[in-house]
Amino acid sequence: MTKLFPLTATLCAAAISVAAPSMAQDAPSGEPIKVGILHSLSGTMAISETTLKDVMLMLIERQNAAGGVLGRPLEAVVVDPASDWPLFAEKARELLEVEEVAAVFGNWTSVSRKSVLPVFEELNGILFYPVQYEGEESQRNVFYTGAAPNQQAIPAVDYLIAEEGVERWVLAGTDYVYPRTTNRILEAYLISLGVAEEDIMINYTPFGHSDWQTIVSDIAAFGSEGKKTAVVSTINGDANVPFYRELGNQGISAEDIPVVAFSVGEEELAGLDTAPLVGHLAAWNYFMSVDTDANYDFIDDWVEFIGDENRVTNDPMEAHYIGFNMWVQAVEAAGTTDVDTVIDSLIGQTVPNLSGGYSAMMPNHHITKPVLVGEIQDDGQFSIVWETSGLVPGDAWSDYLPDSADLISDWRAPLSCGNYNVATASCGGAAE
Amino acid sequence: MLGLLRRTLLIFLLTPSFLMAQDFENLVTLLPEGDFDDRGRVVNQIAVSGDDRALPLLEMLTNGELSYLRETGRIVTLREEGDDDVAYDALSDERIGVVGRRDARDIRVNNGLRRDIAAAIGRMGLQSPDPAVRLDAAQRAFRARDPAQIAALTDALSAESEPHVATVFEQARAAAILQSDDAVQADKRAAIAVLAARGDRDALSALSPALSDPALVADAQAATDEIERSIASWGLAQNLWYGISLGSVLMLAAIGLAITFGVMGVINMAHGELVMIGAYTTYLVQETIRNSFPEMFGWSLAIAVPLAFLTAGAVGVAIERGVVRYLYGRPLETLLATWGISLILQQAVRSIFGPNNREVGNPDWMSGAVDVGQMAMTWNRIWILVFALAVFAALLLVLNRTPIGLQMRAVTQNRSMAANMGIRTGWVDAMTFGLGAGVAGLAGVALSQIDNVSPNLGQSYIVDSFMVVVFGGAGNLWGAFAGAFTLGIATKFMEPWVGAVLAKILILVAIILFIQKRPRGLFALKGRAVDS
Repeated sequence: MTKLFPLTATLCAAAISVAAPSMAQDAPSGEPIKVGILHSLSGTMAISETTLKDVMLMLIERQNAAGGVLGRPLEAVVVDPASDWPLFAEKARELLEVEEVAAVFGNWTSVSRKSVLPVFEELNGILFYPVQYEGEESQRNVFYTGAAPNQQAIPAVDYLIAEEGVERWVLAGTDYVYPRTTNRILEAYLISLGVAEEDIMINYTPFGHSDWQTIVSDIAAFGSEGKKTAVVSTINGDANVPFYRELGNQGISAEDIPVVAFSVGEEELAGLDTAPLVGHLAAWNYFMSVDTDANYDFIDDWVEFIGDENRVTNDPMEAHYIGFNMWVQAVEAAGTTDVDTVIDSLIGQTVPNLSGGYSAMMPNHHITKPVLVGEIQDDGQFSIVWETSGLVPGDAWSDYLPDSADLISDWRAPLSCGNYNVATASCGGAAE
Repeated sequence: MLGLLRRTLLIFLLTPSFLMAQDFENLVTLLPEGDFDDRGRVVNQIAVSGDDRALPLLEMLTNGELSYLRETGRIVTLREEGDDDVAYDALSDERIGVVGRRDARDIRVNNGLRRDIAAAIGRMGLQSPDPAVRLDAAQRAFRARDPAQIAALTDALSAESEPHVATVFEQARAAAILQSDDAVQADKRAAIAVLAARGDRDALSALSPALSDPALVADAQAATDEIERSIASWGLAQNLWYGISLGSVLMLAAIGLAITFGVMGVINMAHGELVMIGAYTTYLVQETIRNSFPEMFGWSLAIAVPLAFLTAGAVGVAIERGVVRYLYGRPLETLLATWGISLILQQAVRSIFGPNNREVGNPDWMSGAVDVGQMAMTWNRIWILVFALAVFAALLLVLNRTPIGLQMRAVTQNRSMAANMGIRTGWVDAMTFGLGAGVAGLAGVALSQIDNVSPNLGQSYIVDSFMVVVFGGAGNLWGAFAGAFTLGIATKFMEPWVGAVLAKILILVAIILFIQKRPRGLFALKGRAVDS
């Protein structure tokens, strides 16, 4: 496997220099700039995170073929935190202290991100976090390229109200921080839209729950009271399949009670029996089926790099694509890899995303993205049925929760604060 | 320019007088235009056009098989020929040629549009000569509850000769009448009676419009209450069934452990991974069948059962001979060693098959559900219950009626005495452990049908399995049987009240308290596990 990489690299470089001679610059020289990749390659999260490691290697390889950064080559430093949250902190420390990387791309679960936060703060590093998350956080050293709740959950609910006429809501989630916070925000949002409390059912299940009989029949009962019902699912990746299968077996189709999921993407669907899932929805900022030339190029690069025609692309991969290009641009603009300078220079960077527009890094360290709603097809791809008309800026602190409604985040001088309370005009106004 | 022209055409289309002049083919080319509402209107025009090509076209549309060419706007359907996508004209089926993925765009369909299409197809099927099509159309009409269909349903009802189809037509008509604003009160009363006789959840939601009508509210409320009473009592039965079904899964997962832990006293933390090996064996069997003998797919599970037993059993024997036998009488070391083995097995499977879930399909006879009164029993759960009981019966038979079973029990009860009688205790140990492991493999075949086949499959069952065995009483198969079904039913009766997370916690607390009172579980037995 490792032996293949130099070969692919050469091929890739050759392809790029032939296809677009103007892109090829002088070969990068000098001391390499190290880029850390902090994704689990073993353990339960390997299913999702291994792909992100590969896409980072591809981006770095392409950047080197296009002349590196500041005329210097990039060098990937890959570590394996093995889906073990405390180990994430140790590996982050290793990347920053021993390897002295210029930036780190990594993490998937919120708990792993929370575990590395103090390390990045203490050692002053840069972390790009590519996964949709629950929000309620803005840290100086972290750049959130995944979706905040207002870039995924809330537009999805808007779609269901506008296009499917949904009036009754089941908020089903796995019992941990991301679903709990997202559902709190959604509940507050729905109530602010005038949905009655008895029209909202909230349900939590343990990780890896596989016996969905009772819950599905509860949902069926809840949905049979005359009002159009939908399920908003923050159920964690794996547990979704038995859930959808049970829905199918109990005869509930996507036309009766649609399920919109926030954790089901192309990668999770690859190699699954998708029959029970067809017609159900997912909300993301990117789908592999996005119809733009930039996306087709990205897919072509990806299948060539990975050497497998059947590999899919997904939303967190696009987030890394955006984040990496932003970092490259910021470093080029700053003329240095010095962390403080690059952090300042990153704000305002604008790069093309894969859905045909541009994403910008905002002062709250979140980015602007379009929101897409797709229906699952039998080939494991999504057919895009709706998208926001413009870009949605990520909101670090939800406006719908009472304890964060007054908070804003702006890391530009002179404010330089991740949780500024506009009511009390002080930094650090509420819980972190 | 072309697009603008079509858009203008679309606006004209919505004025009825212009419609008659529209030619069917032009209508079809309008499908990609506008938003879903526009598309819904075009669908309705296609449905009423009376053209023979309308039904297959709408079916292709609802299945997402229609695309249009970016260049010409022609409506096509794509078929895979080898590695290429080939476009065929959607109406004439004329072969157009190979297209790249950038040349054609799908015509988007969402759930709302799919509902419109289903209603349209339903209307077209009401007069079909085939009773099955009429029944399907009647059921669609029942769900659509469209007042505009009342006249068509009345016609269909009077022409209907099959009584069971007529019943559904009548119910569909009743549901549509209740939804209508201008139906007369007498009709609505009759409709309530028809729906009350149907008496299920769908009837309940069809009745809901009548509840807001002051003239009908008394009748409708009475009907609703009656239906809810019957649903509640069926709900109890349904819950019991869910409990039994969960119990059967727990028993399958735990019964192998009841042998290794219960009978031999070995704390086997790798038990879950043996289950996983059984599930992956099923995957490999299905892969082979898919690639080489696709027509055999219905038999895949029957073929996987003995193979999973042998594979997991062989791994079990290897674990026993390689590690566990050196650690008898040292439970802590056994625990740590088998825990290590479980991690090794997990990572080995992850390295060989990759970290992603593997696809294991349900054969047809395991999909769908059967309605018993008002409760639905899914076929996969029914078969798993049957399978669990069969495995249990077979194990009882092996342990109580065969020479190897006799030797196992002898070694368990008094090792030195058994050795003195000429029993090769080492060999019996390996066979017992292998039997427990093999049964875990069987559980894997069943679990592959309801859970994800991933390297983590085993982890999610190991705690439950130990709970069942400890609760039921180590060393007794009947203990595992009673333990599994008690825990399953208790969990399912608690779940609607307190939620799945709290139910799990409460069950755990209850077991801890129970073990304080009866340390040896429900069915205590004397054996090596007890003596040591």
